[in-house]
Amino acid sequence: MRGVAVPPGMRSRRRPRPSRAARQVLPGLLLLVFVVFFVLPVIWLLLAATKTDAQLVHASPLSFGSWHQLRVNWDELTSFQGDVILLWLRNSAVYAFLALAITLAVGIPAGYAMAMMDFPGRHALLITTLVVMLMPATTLVVPLFLEINEVHLVGTLWSVVLPFSFYPFGVYLTYIYFSTALPRDLLAAARIDGCSEFGAFRRVALPLAAPIIALVGFFSFVANWTNFFLPYVMLPQSSQYPAQVGIALLLTDVPQFNPTAGSGTVLRPELALATLLVIGPVLVVFLFAQRYLVSGLLAGATKE
Amino acid sequence: MTPVTTDPARARARRAPWRAVRAGHAFVAGYVILLAAFGIVPVVYGIYFAFTNAGNRWTGLSNFIQSAQDFRYVAAFEHIGVYLTIWLAALVVLVTALALVLHQLPVWGISGFVRFLYYIPGALAGVASVLLWLFMLDPSVSPAASFLHLLGYGTFSQVIAPSHLAILFAMIAFWTGAGGWIVVMYGALNNIPLDIMEAARIDGAGAWRIARYIQIPMLRKWIVYMAILAFAVGAQLFVEPQLVSEASLGVGGRDYSPNQLAYDFAFQNNNVNYAAAISIELLVLSLAVAAVFVTRSRFFDAS
Repeated sequence: MRGVAVPPGMRSRRRPRPSRAARQVLPGLLLLVFVVFFVLPVIWLLLAATKTDAQLVHASPLSFGSWHQLRVNWDELTSFQGDVILLWLRNSAVYAFLALAITLAVGIPAGYAMAMMDFPGRHALLITTLVVMLMPATTLVVPLFLEINEVHLVGTLWSVVLPFSFYPFGVYLTYIYFSTALPRDLLAAARIDGCSEFGAFRRVALPLAAPIIALVGFFSFVANWTNFFLPYVMLPQSSQYPAQVGIALLLTDVPQFNPTAGSGTVLRPELALATLLVIGPVLVVFLFAQRYLVSGLLAGATKE
Repeated sequence: MTPVTTDPARARARRAPWRAVRAGHAFVAGYVILLAAFGIVPVVYGIYFAFTNAGNRWTGLSNFIQSAQDFRYVAAFEHIGVYLTIWLAALVVLVTALALVLHQLPVWGISGFVRFLYYIPGALAGVASVLLWLFMLDPSVSPAASFLHLLGYGTFSQVIAPSHLAILFAMIAFWTGAGGWIVVMYGALNNIPLDIMEAARIDGAGAWRIARYIQIPMLRKWIVYMAILAFAVGAQLFVEPQLVSEASLGVGGRDYSPNQLAYDFAFQNNNVNYAAAISIELLVLSLAVAAVFVTRSRFFDAS
């Protein structure tokens, strides 16, 4: 584009230039290589669930097995320890949604108050939230275990749900959202019209809060659903495991990965199917949130 | 990061009626309880256990010194160091490059589709990604088997040899995490004012120069942000080596990371004090890095 004497106003961004095709080969190749890198394993996983273990080894890696075999794998998988995989999925759902409900019920009002209301301690709370947000959660799992153990909650539902429901990042996002999206004057007007503080929140702020509830809900759900370390430490019994911990247990029953696995072993296609079941809900959430996620709302949420 | 005007807020706080103050506290009460219980108390607990022994006696630094003398300790921190170096380098270079190339694509629809494809592995965060990659790294079933054979690896145990683990974990982390960051970077690129880009183009700058002199400098803050968060996440490495150690019968991956070591101290060796000492070290490390980031980049200028 250098040295072409075209008046600036006439220069179109989309206009093809002679060397452009050549210059796009390399970047195009780069994009393509990474499409393969990111997508191929997922496609392989989808196909693996439709095969027998022998097909997995001998057939082409990207071939489709059969619907019948998918059914067989499903039956085998669900018969493992009597439907335990479904129990794990149910546990995951209970933990993730219960924690999500508490996160929203507690976090949205808190973020709102920190953005829109004045009270002593507001500044300190904001700083503490920022610091705690940057503390790596996994690092605190052992001390958290000691604490939960002290109050005799280890092995209960609450040992997982309560730590999950503490989600400072969500409070911070809510704070950012309300301080940028909701003019303080609007609230002042509501108050003058006789709204109580709670009334102003319910009638003015909540109707405007749908995007931030969705965003915090998305992040919180995905974080809760994919968490491994906390339930791994807190829950001693297999019947209490969430799906993430459950499939890690399945892994040790796959003979190819663990030759000492005894009877009642799990075949590799069944493990692949179990993995698909476990990621299913997150994948669905991803597909629904796709438009917002890809459009860079994430960046907008914390944009300066 | 947002232009929140706090000075008028503070001025008003002095005049705020007590009823409003009470309402403010009521709004944050639930969160403050959770913050105390799961944000502050664990830290206090961790510090307490790190400086005492099983008999609740004050022991000074001895837990830190003795846990550091464990034969696995230095190795675990070395592993993490190598892993973080590879992972951060790959993340910074490739995410920036891919976001820039995607941003150059003339047809928006394709770019959006490709970004979504890159983002999909994020749904497999956690255990699922590791399980999937155990398959990918097993030459008997992997779709990349011929590539693995080309590199001279015929069996699963050859691929997951202990010396390969850092690069493999970095690859798994990149596979799951990079797509999300590419989306963020792309969003940040969109926020660069069009007139600046247009002016550069009119001045004769090509794609490379625009990237070098305009886009990358304006992305710098986001790149730093990404690196810090990736560091904090990477330093907590646990699931990946834990599962690899289960899949390889402890050949590789056992006590690979400091978090695993803390876990084993607490739950295998029954020494919660050593475990707490390692937790506190990791916490200090992450907070120190975060503090440098917050003060230097002024990213969290919240109030």
